[in-house]
Amino acid sequence: MGYTERLMVVFPHRAALIAVAFVAGCSGTPWNNPYPASESGANILYSSFSERPKHLDPVQSYSENEYAFIANIYQPPLQYHYLKRPYELIPFAATEVPRPRLYDAKNRRLPVTADAGEVAYSEYVIRIRPGILYQPHPALATDESGRPAYRDLKPGDLDGINAIGDFQRRGTRELVASDYVHQIKRLAHPRLYSPIYQLMSEYIVGLKELARDLARADKALPEGGFLDLTRFELEGVRTLDRYTYSIRVRGKYPQFVYWLAMPFFAPVPPEADRFYAQPGMAEKNISLDWFPIGTGPYMLTVNNPNRRMVLERNPNYQGEVYPGEGEPGDDAAGLLKDAGRPLPFIDKVVFSLEKEQIPYWNKFLQGYYDASDIGSDTFDQAVRFTGQGDVALTEDMEARGIRLQTSVATSVFYLGFNMLDPVVGGYTERGRKLRQAISIAVDQEEFISIFRNGRGIPAQGPIPPGIFGYREGEEGINPYVYDWVDGKPRRKPVEYARKLLAEAGYPDGRDATSGQPLLLNLDTTTTGADSKSRLDWYAKQFEKLGVQLAIRATDYNRFQDKLRRGNVQLYFLGWNADYPDPENFLFLLNGAQSKVKTSGENASNYANPDFDRLFDQMKNLYNSPQRQAIIDRMVEIARYDAPWVWSLFPKDYTLRHAWVYNRKPNQMANNGLKYQRIDPVLREKLRREWNRPVIWPALLILIVLAASVVPAIVAFRRRERATATLPETGAGR
Amino acid sequence: MTAYIIRRLLNAIPILIGVNVITFVLFFVVNSPDDMARVQLGVKRVTPEAIAKWKQERGYDRPLLFNGRSSGVGRLTDTIFFDKSVKLFAFEFGRSDQGRDIGYDIRTRMWPSLAIALPVFLMGLATYIAFALLMAFFRATYIDFWDVVLSVAMMSVSGLFYIIGGQYLIGKLWSMVPISGYDGGLDSIKFLILPVLIGVISGVGSNARWYRIIFLEEINRDYVRTARAKGLSELRVLFRHVLQNAMIPILTGAVVVIPFLFMGSLITEAFFGIPGLGSYTIDAINSQDFAVVRAMVFLGSVLYIIGLILTDISYTLVDPRVRFE
Repeated sequence: MGYTERLMVVFPHRAALIAVAFVAGCSGTPWNNPYPASESGANILYSSFSERPKHLDPVQSYSENEYAFIANIYQPPLQYHYLKRPYELIPFAATEVPRPRLYDAKNRRLPVTADAGEVAYSEYVIRIRPGILYQPHPALATDESGRPAYRDLKPGDLDGINAIGDFQRRGTRELVASDYVHQIKRLAHPRLYSPIYQLMSEYIVGLKELARDLARADKALPEGGFLDLTRFELEGVRTLDRYTYSIRVRGKYPQFVYWLAMPFFAPVPPEADRFYAQPGMAEKNISLDWFPIGTGPYMLTVNNPNRRMVLERNPNYQGEVYPGEGEPGDDAAGLLKDAGRPLPFIDKVVFSLEKEQIPYWNKFLQGYYDASDIGSDTFDQAVRFTGQGDVALTEDMEARGIRLQTSVATSVFYLGFNMLDPVVGGYTERGRKLRQAISIAVDQEEFISIFRNGRGIPAQGPIPPGIFGYREGEEGINPYVYDWVDGKPRRKPVEYARKLLAEAGYPDGRDATSGQPLLLNLDTTTTGADSKSRLDWYAKQFEKLGVQLAIRATDYNRFQDKLRRGNVQLYFLGWNADYPDPENFLFLLNGAQSKVKTSGENASNYANPDFDRLFDQMKNLYNSPQRQAIIDRMVEIARYDAPWVWSLFPKDYTLRHAWVYNRKPNQMANNGLKYQRIDPVLREKLRREWNRPVIWPALLILIVLAASVVPAIVAFRRRERATATLPETGAGR
Repeated sequence: MTAYIIRRLLNAIPILIGVNVITFVLFFVVNSPDDMARVQLGVKRVTPEAIAKWKQERGYDRPLLFNGRSSGVGRLTDTIFFDKSVKLFAFEFGRSDQGRDIGYDIRTRMWPSLAIALPVFLMGLATYIAFALLMAFFRATYIDFWDVVLSVAMMSVSGLFYIIGGQYLIGKLWSMVPISGYDGGLDSIKFLILPVLIGVISGVGSNARWYRIIFLEEINRDYVRTARAKGLSELRVLFRHVLQNAMIPILTGAVVVIPFLFMGSLITEAFFGIPGLGSYTIDAINSQDFAVVRAMVFLGSVLYIIGLILTDISYTLVDPRVRFE
């Protein structure tokens, strides 16, 4: 018996009222469904975003929340294999992963094994697949005569047009190599800010000169005038034929190939730049930064970052199939069942704005989001630890058919020492032993257990698992902090840390010469009640050594300013990998990257000549035993010097509903939507089951309110009918 | 009345200049243009050249308030303050630091804010007045006593509790309305029920108690006694006489907030995913987008002044004794 029928039995006289008031319920769509009823049962994936993306222009975008969209829209030459680990580059628009051709200063071809010192240039020749088409877009639309439909818009042509979808005509064309060349030129566009321009200008031949020429030409233009990049040449990047182009970089730069898997190197048609540069577009916020144009599996059809963003299947996308290989265990996990089937599986992906965690979590439990991360607030509701210490879902989650997936992020969190600081820095035994003692005292295992619900792995060095150079087991432990006992690492005792501290000149945490207690300052941006327990915990770790820790909470800007000036002793930072190469982690400790000296990413200002020399060797090598050996030596040097307390590699926990398939965490690829598949029928069935409206409490409240009015009415009537009497008699009441 | 309004509008100009100066100084005491650039450019691979370029493109490469390198009036006009402020008075908000047209964003986002704020305002006013009149009618009885207790209890509870509790009870446990979200047109109704309901309920305690005091003050006046002596019913006394005479203090509180309805609610919009001006302001503060912050503060000041003028005008409507002359 349904709810409505039951109510009619209980309150038969109110049946008509219920029928009218809750007629929506008769349609079968749950009342609390936040999506239109027309979408019920459709092949749509529902996700969310909490922060509006700042940039969707592939030359400017550089953050994860932006890549969640554009990585599914644009098509760089390369991509990461969805299933294989360690991460492997495979072709996307390209026909193959390019191998660099090496040249010396006289432009003579060198063997691929040539020493980095001999190599003057590396050239990457990239051939793309013919027949790839752009998504339907007004920038590519033509009129009856075959000319661009929206080329020379006149005042008034944009009346009534507020978004890209308001243009009547749309067109497409084939992707060609020169579109990739055009995008690389855009890195140097004077009106765009590309976060990798500075880096790439050091490598891509002619990029710096192009930037200079463009800036000069831009100044000569009237304000807002169109800067046509096609009129400019970029020396190091050439179109070889319709489907082939080459990029020439200075020296040997094996990591360059990873950049080719990022949206910075995705194609942008010159027509798009011309289209968006027309007068009136910017005033309506119609720009490439807001309305992308790509050749990828999806296209952005709704861009309202104040409410929802919608990706829809690009009707022109074809030629890619689900992978047939993965890592061991993928087959058993059902991740290879769709092998060979054309991508993408899902027709539409709806991202809704969800700023707060609580409503997001509740909507996931109601089935209105297909997958969810686990926050600290919701961890206990979702996850429990078994008697063996394993992670499992709670019974409620299991009953709903929810699945848990975990993966170690390609990120590192650390507590850094400023090596320029006279107390904690330096390369003498005094400073080194002090840092090693602190590294032992700060119990990362306890931290992960208390504050991260076990979601992390204590770091033994700067390179996280899954990245070449990471070592497991006994050979992978940090011998200055851990011992290998009973087949697992065990943190050295605090007594040993105290001994090191005494050797550093601070017996019992006091300066041996002055007798003053050692006071260290920790600068952090984490403030507020939530962080207090965490910071108190850190202070207690230092207390184990008798060292006093002063927490200097500061805002983000001041914190960054202090780092740049070197006005910190200890600080927290982290790093997310750009690409899965050890160079992208070890460069954080390269002396040439010193924050104080060069505004680089080495916030500890660590500068060890041996480490730097090995870094220069390592970064020019391809993955090989030789490279592994150099990395081992670098990591050993860094562990010994201890410029960081190697804190942890975070572990991501995600949940997905039973109707979601082929979802595998991939820390490098952001274009995973095309592989996912859903069962909308099962979702609809479970949504209805989980979201049956409970109306008796509302009725009960109404009845209680109605009942409470009765005495008021009685009292009112009594008062209205009362006659005036003398107060002393009391008659008439 | 026209002369009065013109005079008030002219008086508003120095106020708006003052607000602008204070906003500017407060913002730049906390943030420098370099800080703003870094927040906008992200945390990875931000170079000094990129920061300089960002500042130059947005006009933040000039001195804040006084330009010693310029001459004459240029010392004051060739500054960030002048450049960013003077156009505000023509309601040209310019572009946000992220490059979007602020005026367009405001025009787009004020409607969702209004969609919540207006029903909350109207339904709330009706509810609070009805509730307060009920308490006034049953003054010094157990009904009044328990209503006051209930009001005090309700006003003691945080607004956030109403939101989270409402979402949990009505949206999650009872599955009657969506927990959060927003849509355009008539589809927005199902998303508005819960925030409007919570908005009205969360205000019952404080407002009903405040209006009750106003009504009780009126109810003890001579004209009420006279009305009763004439034999009028209590309902007629309350609605015909007490309510009308209590309108001035009610209007003082109510009319002044009408223009503010456009500005939205910060917390409600965040929790319900409503794309209004409240969340727009919060986003701007979080991303240190000075262009949006100053535009919203300026708009808020203008609306506040308009609210005060409207309040003054409304006095003449409810009280014939009040004349601007």
